[in-house]
Amino acid sequence: MKPISLKIKRQDGPNGRSYWQTFETPYRPFANVISCLQEIQKSPVTKEGKKVSPIVWDCNCLEEVCGSCTMLVNGRVRQACTALIDNLETPLTLEPMSKFPVVRDLQVDRSRMFENLKKTNSWIDIDGTHDIGEGPVIPDQDRATAYVLSECMTCGCCLEACPQFTLDNSFLGAATFSQVRLFNMHPTGETQKEKRLEAISKEGGITDCGNAQVCVEVCPKKIPLTDSIAEMSKETSILAIKKIFNR
Amino acid sequence: MKKRDRKVIIIGGGLAGLAAAVRACELNMSVDMISYQPVKRSHSVCAQGGINGAMDTQGEGDSPEVHFYDTVKGGDFLAHQPLVRDMCHQAPAIIHLLDRMGVPFNRTSEGHLQFRRFGGTLYSRTAFAGATTGQQLVYALDEQVRKHESEGNVTKMEWHEYLGVVIDDQGICRGATIHDLRTGKIFTLRGDAVILATGGPGNVYSRSTNSTVCTGAATTSAYLQGAKYANGEFIQIHPTAIPGADKLRLMSESARGEGGRIWVPKTPEDSRSPKEIPENERYYFLEENYPLFGNLVPRDVASREIYEVVYKKKMGVGGQPMVYLDLTHHSKEYLEDRLGGILDIYRKFTGQNPSETPMKIFPAVHYSMGGLWVDYEDDGHGMIDQNSPRNQMTSIQGLYAAGEADYQYHGANRLGANSLLSCIYSGLLVGRAAFNYSKNMDVAPEDISSSFYESEETLWDNRFEGMKRMNGKVNPYSLHSELGELLLENVLIVRENSKLSSTLEKLEDIESRFKDVKCLDTTHWSNPMPSFINQLRCMIQLSKIITKGALLRDEFRGAHYKPDFDLKQPKDFDPHEYIDYLERTHYEEVKDSDFPPGHLDYMKRFQVNNDKWLKTTVAQFKDNGPEITYEDVNTSLMTPRPRKYD
Repeated sequence: MKPISLKIKRQDGPNGRSYWQTFETPYRPFANVISCLQEIQKSPVTKEGKKVSPIVWDCNCLEEVCGSCTMLVNGRVRQACTALIDNLETPLTLEPMSKFPVVRDLQVDRSRMFENLKKTNSWIDIDGTHDIGEGPVIPDQDRATAYVLSECMTCGCCLEACPQFTLDNSFLGAATFSQVRLFNMHPTGETQKEKRLEAISKEGGITDCGNAQVCVEVCPKKIPLTDSIAEMSKETSILAIKKIFNR
Repeated sequence: MKKRDRKVIIIGGGLAGLAAAVRACELNMSVDMISYQPVKRSHSVCAQGGINGAMDTQGEGDSPEVHFYDTVKGGDFLAHQPLVRDMCHQAPAIIHLLDRMGVPFNRTSEGHLQFRRFGGTLYSRTAFAGATTGQQLVYALDEQVRKHESEGNVTKMEWHEYLGVVIDDQGICRGATIHDLRTGKIFTLRGDAVILATGGPGNVYSRSTNSTVCTGAATTSAYLQGAKYANGEFIQIHPTAIPGADKLRLMSESARGEGGRIWVPKTPEDSRSPKEIPENERYYFLEENYPLFGNLVPRDVASREIYEVVYKKKMGVGGQPMVYLDLTHHSKEYLEDRLGGILDIYRKFTGQNPSETPMKIFPAVHYSMGGLWVDYEDDGHGMIDQNSPRNQMTSIQGLYAAGEADYQYHGANRLGANSLLSCIYSGLLVGRAAFNYSKNMDVAPEDISSSFYESEETLWDNRFEGMKRMNGKVNPYSLHSELGELLLENVLIVRENSKLSSTLEKLEDIESRFKDVKCLDTTHWSNPMPSFINQLRCMIQLSKIITKGALLRDEFRGAHYKPDFDLKQPKDFDPHEYIDYLERTHYEEVKDSDFPPGHLDYMKRFQVNNDKWLKTTVAQFKDNGPEITYEDVNTSLMTPRPRKYD
């Protein structure tokens, strides 16, 4: 089999300029992008034979549950660990996500996503960790809806694909809206519902969504993000109207 | 903001670290949390099947006491019993707590918690959220910690690495040395206590079910600084994983809990597709050999059986080291709801659909029962004194460990769905212990002489400068692969003394070649190479603990299988005979004729073996290697007896 050729966009630091390098690694059945990167790491030499510094990337679980290794593979945002070489066109191109600041090579800084979870009170307020008995009774179909939303691994695919989300604006994005929906539908989480809806009614909130609907297409966990956005739009509108009447 | 005067430094943000942080915040401590990466991406997310807690919601007669018995028996009686008992009694409350935090546990038709079966028990006591329970638990605790973070109680330092502890001239831990993985800067943090919740060491074996961060470097570093390491040789090999070059991806035990069947074609190298092989030409070896537990025997038993079928009987699928794990008798809808997460993983990595064709799986390194030695205090009534500062404290005063990084809950073999439980139980316990310890410390960390901190910083600065200058011929990643292959070959399921002693020699060789490593990247920004070289240094030392512990322990217990020392339990033996035998020896001379032929002899062998080997292995770093001693195990609540699952 022909060796696998990978064209990789590199950058030495946040302020550096990006440049491309091409590497080759022997073909192996069931290889994925991470296993190729690991092979290259054992001898970081470009196709032209130039010794270069090893490529830097993020990864951890290698089974698409941690969300670390998100990058652009052949121009499409996804987790690199499940990107099987056999299913991809070669030569491969690997690039860091473009909507988050590059740290180095394929590494990016996604801390904005975690900050957004803080801004929206994305948690259930519990009384404490001591033994105070059972949780609320929840119908299994509600659990099933919540479970799908709760699989969000904060990987950033939806934001990378979103035309509204840019490096320098304050748009919260689909992942955050969907988490608000998750916590608002929980019987205890509901107590903080208005607070969360207010947080997504500000600048960068739900009204900034341009309805491009690409978020849902790229979500590796198939989370119904557009349903979440529609649901939250409705809820925020109801809250706004309620406020007018309560004035 | 309230004034907080006690500070704990928590290393690691998986389930144990997060649980410890939440508990510490509730007790008004301030928390520094250190993690390689955003804590939401910790390895605990890989846990799939569920978390155990005996609530007997299906009227099977389950109880925390039965859970306790199953766990201790599953661990071949090597776990400290009061700890296990306390954990099992708190398990229902822990599951309710997680439920209150919003974990989407599967529900019954009435809307209560749903439970399923897991290995090593006959009861349905595993609560689950689809097949991504670990992920869901991490998220719930991560959210609680985020709340505390937004209230100013937790300072997260993600993209930071723990290097070592700061120990003062009285031998007390006063803080930790931290490495900023972006800037490369090394600095120290002052704290009243330090908790290592740094997970397991699967990457010592190079290929395992573990995530890439699971190197065991943090616990090994503590060992190199004088902390005791216990039961290192007890490494769990999970029976069902998807073979792979970069990782052996876990296929959860819940697949068997939901009725998955393990089999191979009766004709070796049968070339038919599995669906074409009729029922009577399939060898369901677990069901045949263990009629009572069937496919749900504990992991050590299942892994050994698969090994036997593949390597001794040469019956692996297509002549390869693989067996079938078959779920095709269930409907697609049922499988999607109960096991969707793991079936997705299988589909993504193999291109085959487990609801249509049986999965091909093989055992893989999964979990370390061993870890840092930690203390505990029982309450004299078979439970734990929750308020003791001794709980979870390592042999270095002020340094704690919890989760997979400690050693004491699973004995010689862990039961499935007990790891999430032990992580959260020990996390909550250690949070309180660290608080009670700090409360009694009369000197604040700020008043400790800065010389201790400065000298640690200098030491690590020099060490990292030295590693960056390493310019030999050996690629550290290749050397790591070689280390892993060596252990996979020799220190896995079947262990032989000749191989173990030659492995120890080869480890010396690897250690000497480590000096000839080349640091391929000497830049100063976000450079993982020096860290990896340091982790590799630790992994080599940890390999010695595992291998030497295995070499010296001349017996067969749980996951530590040495055929040469198998006591050969008679086929028709009943474990209750042993209890009977022990009782009778108090009153009279026991005769051969009192038991079926061969049984008395076996029981005598068992008793002699337990007298010698029912002990915790304790490794201490001396002369560049582990010095091994043994300690008694607390078996005060239940008499150790032979295990049997058929």
